[in-house]
Amino acid sequence: MSQKKTDRREFLKRSAAVAGAVGLGAAKPALGQDHEHTPVAPEPGAFIRGSDEMTAYGSRSRFVNSVRIPHGGRESPDAFGLDFHIATPLQDSVGEITPSSLHYMGTTRGSFVPDIDPDEHRLMVHGMVDNPIVFSMEDLKRMPSVTRKHFIECAGNRSRSSHTTIQETHGMTSNAEWTGVLLSTVLKEAGVHADADWVVAEGVEEVKGASSIPMAKAMDDCLLCYGMNGEPVRPQQGFPLRLLAPGFEGIFNVKWLRRIKVVDEYYMTYNDFGHLTRDPVNAALGYQIGPKSVITYPSGGQQLPGAGFYEIGGLAWSGGGRVSRVEVSTDGGRSWVDADIRGTAEPMAHTRFSYEWTWDGSECELQSRCIDEIGQIQPSRQQALDFWSTDGERATFVKGQDNSIQPWRVASDGSVHNAIS
Amino acid sequence: MRLAKPSTNKRGTALKTLRALLLLPLLVIGMISVQAQSPTYGVGRTPTENEIRLWDIAIGPRGEELPAGSGSVDMGSELYLSKGCAGCHGTTGSGGMAPRLIKRDAGPNADPWDYGRVLPIRSPYATTVWDFINRAMPLGAEGTLTADEVYALTAYLFFLNDVVEDGTELNEKTLPKIQMPNRSNWVQVPDWLPGQPRLEGYPY
Repeated sequence: MSQKKTDRREFLKRSAAVAGAVGLGAAKPALGQDHEHTPVAPEPGAFIRGSDEMTAYGSRSRFVNSVRIPHGGRESPDAFGLDFHIATPLQDSVGEITPSSLHYMGTTRGSFVPDIDPDEHRLMVHGMVDNPIVFSMEDLKRMPSVTRKHFIECAGNRSRSSHTTIQETHGMTSNAEWTGVLLSTVLKEAGVHADADWVVAEGVEEVKGASSIPMAKAMDDCLLCYGMNGEPVRPQQGFPLRLLAPGFEGIFNVKWLRRIKVVDEYYMTYNDFGHLTRDPVNAALGYQIGPKSVITYPSGGQQLPGAGFYEIGGLAWSGGGRVSRVEVSTDGGRSWVDADIRGTAEPMAHTRFSYEWTWDGSECELQSRCIDEIGQIQPSRQQALDFWSTDGERATFVKGQDNSIQPWRVASDGSVHNAIS
Repeated sequence: MRLAKPSTNKRGTALKTLRALLLLPLLVIGMISVQAQSPTYGVGRTPTENEIRLWDIAIGPRGEELPAGSGSVDMGSELYLSKGCAGCHGTTGSGGMAPRLIKRDAGPNADPWDYGRVLPIRSPYATTVWDFINRAMPLGAEGTLTADEVYALTAYLFFLNDVVEDGTELNEKTLPKIQMPNRSNWVQVPDWLPGQPRLEGYPY
């Protein structure tokens, strides 16, 4: 009997520890500071009564209140119900998958999310092909499918000194398990002409957002996705069909996809115009996302309860392929040690890393850096700026999508701060 | 340009070279497989010519997809008010909440890039302007403008930016021939290949 009670107490303690780990990063008492708990069940009546809703589509605990926030200084939704940029709460993330409800969202202009009846939705593949094809969603689901984990990241996901939390500095990236048909499967079915070297992908929303994508990318790993994290793609993510261009900037991952047009030149769509530059470096760095990582715990705005053991955790990713290695520094980048890769690093996917760390209670700066399988190394902001600085002119902006290292300063009181200057 | 090399860079470069060598034969095979072929699965249906024409609103630089029609600067200046453009973009093409449509004053013999990020002057192709007005304007009534109205509004914006003269009328033949100031004054993105760094010589 007493043995049973002890087991139960141990179980409750462990449950509490797990619950704490998914909390908002608020102060949690460290072991030894916790008060004595009596081994009682929750208060009478403290249960979640079954409901039709909970039977049909479960929801999370009322104690879990991690939410997305508008990003970039513009309200979302606005007074008209337009969604703009919405950032994911990376500070609360565990594992590699972003829950669909928390996946970041970006729009080019502020956009109503179209309310699409999937039975009426069609994808047209045409242009420089032997056999133009119109697919219904049912047709697409008959085609050979793949399921892959991929991150998406907004080109504007850039840490600024005014940001305090990781949700502000890095919240415009998310990672999901995507299911659909390889674009190459559909293009081969249509029979692409030998001299075609671009595709234009177009959505059905009110601005009919369209992006030009190189044929080499289209034939390599682009996906026509109808599934996301085991269920249909969410409306904010392009229901019923979205394009995934793994590792390319967010805007290429066309949502509410209705059309793939095969062409023989860069089409300079309005989205493409956003990339227009006469600097070859900006042009080259404005497509594929570089190697990048960030420590999610401890991160800005969180509070460490005191000196002692912590598992530093974070996410690493690269548009160039798999993450091959992640290094962590606890002394502001002076020395680096290998972090553990948790799970399997997959191409163009968030990869979780961790590092077992005992904090001595003194002020320090935590950093992480990603090395990908093609040898690209995540730079410090200093390194990236040094690279582009000339004797006459000091670079002040990391070109392309900013993939520089995020420093978090842990103050001696355990508070964690953005150390970007 | 200086190259700050972290300790791991040598290993990275070696890996990169190795991967590039390994990838070469794969790429050649990949290119051959892009050759036209008959359907394998036979799923889906063939669209009609008319269906493709109605769907195809992507106007390439050559303007081949442009529908027949025409519109003048004068027509465009009236439409700019009657269609509500001025409400968001300002009566003079600036000062509204929506993106600016008239070039910034950059003095005589200005570099076109000094006019600001203004679509109807910075875009290398006239077709991009026609395409975007046609697909995405006006706010809340996207896709409702007739072809003539889009030609007229495009002509008016080009007039505001000194790309065409007053009195100009544009149609499907003349619009793609407009020489935008940045026609050759931009860089194409480099050829993308799988498994390659973003930029040769850039370690990051």
